[in-house]
Amino acid sequence: MHLDGNAVAGALADAFGRDVTSAEASCGSCGARQAVASASAYVSAMGWVLRCVHCDAVLAVLIETEGHVRMSMAGVSSLDMPVAGGGA
Amino acid sequence: MTRRPTGWHAAKVTALHPETASARRIELEVPTWPGNDPGAHLDIRLTAPDGYQASRSYSIASSGEGTRVVLAVDEVPNGEVSPFLVEDLLVDDMLEVHGPLGSYFIWSPDSEERPVQLIAGGSGVVPLFAMAEAHALAGDASGFRMLYSVRTPADRFFASDLEGFAAHGSLQLDYVYTRQTPAGWAVPPGRITREVLEAAAWPAEVRPIVYVCGPTPFVETVAGWLTELGHDPRAVLTERFGGG
Repeated sequence: MHLDGNAVAGALADAFGRDVTSAEASCGSCGARQAVASASAYVSAMGWVLRCVHCDAVLAVLIETEGHVRMSMAGVSSLDMPVAGGGA
Repeated sequence: MTRRPTGWHAAKVTALHPETASARRIELEVPTWPGNDPGAHLDIRLTAPDGYQASRSYSIASSGEGTRVVLAVDEVPNGEVSPFLVEDLLVDDMLEVHGPLGSYFIWSPDSEERPVQLIAGGSGVVPLFAMAEAHALAGDASGFRMLYSVRTPADRFFASDLEGFAAHGSLQLDYVYTRQTPAGWAVPPGRITREVLEAAAWPAEVRPIVYVCGPTPFVETVAGWLTELGHDPRAVLTERFGGG
C-alpha cells in the first residue's frame, strides 16, 4: 500500500535541512509538477521510493543501512521552493 | 505559516489517556520544541537494546507556540511502533522525536480567509483536529466544516472537544459511521458515498480549501469525488497514512 510524500518528510528534512513537502518537484520523465507531499511514497524497513503521481516514474529513492543513508533524486528534474525568510 | 526549524528533540511523556479502546492520547513535554503549525507531524524513533531502530510518523493534535506536544496514536495490530506507544509507554519515559514536519498539509489562522472543509477517515482526524482547535481558539472567521468517517461512536477521537467546537458554532460537524451508528441514527452504517460527501461538504462554488486525511483508499476515493464535484485539485490537500 503506498502512502504519500508526507510520510518521508523526516528523511528529506534531514537531507535538505528544512521541510520540503510543499516544494514543487518536476518529474524528469513526464515533466509534471507536483508538491513533494502529493507524490506516491512506497515505504519499507529498508527505505522508500517516491514516484510521480501522474506517470508513476521513480522520482527519488532512499536506502538506509546501519549508519548510512543513500538517497537518489535522479528522477526529479527540478525542485522549486520559496527561499527561507524570503517575501514575494 | 511560520517557518520553523526541523530537528531531533528529546521528549518526556507527561500524561497518557485512553482515547478509544485501541488508541491513546500521549502528551509530551519537548523543551527544545519550536512550536508547530496545525496539521504538522513528527517522527518517533525507537531504539531497541540491540541498537535496532524503527521510526514512524504521527500527526500532532496540538499546535502553536510552546513545548507541549499532544499526539493521539491508534494501535496498528502487529505494528512495530504503535503497540509500544499504546500499550507499554509510561509517564516520564523519554522518546526521540523529529519535527515539526510538514509545510504542505498545514492550515494557519493567518492564511487567507477561505472556507475550510476537513475530511477525516478514522485516526486521520488527528491533524484535522489540530486545525479545528486552532480555528476555534483564534476566533477565525473562515467557515469550518468537518466530515468524519469512523467505525462506531466509541471509535471517535476528540469526541467531546469536537462537540464543543460544534456547540459554539466554530465547526459544522458531520459523522459517517461505517460499522455501527448511535441509537436512532437516521441512516444505516456504511462507507462514505459521493452523495454524502456532496451533501455535507462545502460546495466547489465557495472555493473551499479541502484537507483530506485517512488511509490511502479513503483519501484517493474522496479526492477523486471532490474533483468530479468541481473542486480545484490544487485546493484539495491530502495526507495518506498507513501501518505503524
